[in-house]
Amino acid sequence: MLKTSPETLVSQLLAGNRRALARTITAVENEIPESVEILKTLYPHTGRAYIIGITGAPGTGKSCLVTALTQHLRKQNKTVGIIAVDPTSPFTGGAVLGDRFRMRDLSGDNGVFIRSMASRGQLGGLARTTYDVMRVMDAAGFDIIIIETVGAGQNEVEIVKAADTTIVVEAPGLGDDIQAIKAGILEIADILVVNKADSPLVQNTVRALKAMLDLGHRQRVVAHHGQLMTQTDSTGAPEYDFREVPIIQTVATNGQGVLELAEAIDAHRSYLAESGIRQDRQRARLESELIARLRETLLKNLLSAVPDDQLEGLVEQLMTRDTDPMSAVQTLLNYQARKS
Amino acid sequence: MENRKIRVLIAKPGLDGHDRGAKVIARSLRDAGMEVIYTGLRQTPEMIVEAALQEDVDVIGMSILSGAHMALTPRVIELMYENGLDDVKVIIGGIIPDEDVPTLKSMGVSEVFGPGTNTDDIVKHIRTVVSV
Repeated sequence: MLKTSPETLVSQLLAGNRRALARTITAVENEIPESVEILKTLYPHTGRAYIIGITGAPGTGKSCLVTALTQHLRKQNKTVGIIAVDPTSPFTGGAVLGDRFRMRDLSGDNGVFIRSMASRGQLGGLARTTYDVMRVMDAAGFDIIIIETVGAGQNEVEIVKAADTTIVVEAPGLGDDIQAIKAGILEIADILVVNKADSPLVQNTVRALKAMLDLGHRQRVVAHHGQLMTQTDSTGAPEYDFREVPIIQTVATNGQGVLELAEAIDAHRSYLAESGIRQDRQRARLESELIARLRETLLKNLLSAVPDDQLEGLVEQLMTRDTDPMSAVQTLLNYQARKS
Repeated sequence: MENRKIRVLIAKPGLDGHDRGAKVIARSLRDAGMEVIYTGLRQTPEMIVEAALQEDVDVIGMSILSGAHMALTPRVIELMYENGLDDVKVIIGGIIPDEDVPTLKSMGVSEVFGPGTNTDDIVKHIRTVVSV
């Protein structure tokens, strides 16, 4: 239930009221019925912020890096919205959101707004509504929005669907060069960061990551058993798609390397703009969002038209092997989806 | 599908460094299905109210063992009013002398929980004062 009408809330938010922004985020996060209308009204005001995604394993220093990067961006007078996602317990539905704890140095600055989100059962490193919350912050007028994912394993790659620049944070001592050539999280990096670079193990990590990136070069000459071997690209991907992923070493707690990181982000941003990739990506994302939302709505509407006992009956028939899953689907498809 | 959670800010204002109690409470509330924003040690009243506003919490829980509760609490409540957070409930834990409890409550503190409190009582209290 909203205490203020959606119209008032939205107009206050657009006027820069931080309390209204916080309340709107809650409405969207809780997916209350009015949130549909709110997001509809806000949509024309979105698409202006630049989105930076920060992901990586737990404990690599993502929150500290977000803090250091934000401090740097604030010196350039850019306003920053931060969404920090932490995991929800699969057993109790509760969560301890502790990223803010590391961002204490950002408090007292009206150009920064930090919101912690629990993943609420969603896999992939973000909450189901993170994308919508990002849009709310975008409409509120922040220049930059930083999304910090749940401490990610190898497969938490949802962030690429939201971010313009995705930063993967590694720390020394987490894995060898075989970890580095696996598919998944390292593939999504536009920029790789090795944080805690004051550790003596940092060069091992940098070397493993460099080796991983080198293996992916389009054309290069490598020494192999004393011979020079030329590896060429055969994927036929467009020329602009070839871009070297920088590896930046940082010590987030003292700001070392943060300037280099910020420069790498700027370089990536210009590259996306000049190559037209940003537009292409946004179009592709909107299409997949549209399909995903359509799928969700169709499913919800169809299921609401199916009587509960019918669904249970079909499950029972599946148990007794009187029907098979695809035939059960056919039976359910005979119901007319209700229009929502 | 509506998905409402109780959100609680757990903070330690002031300068004492004993955060075990705050962590125990954060953990208990998490286990009760709430979303706990843990801000940790050495928070100023300004930091606490700013975090409560941005996180749109239902409850602010403060753990104070330094004896400074009669100075810190009114400042937090004053800032809450200034920022329009008058519907947010405040609970306090830590070392609070009995004679201070009525004064704190008259300032607007919803409940004070001393050492040895059953964490279930805190959960019940929050569920009662926060209308979901």
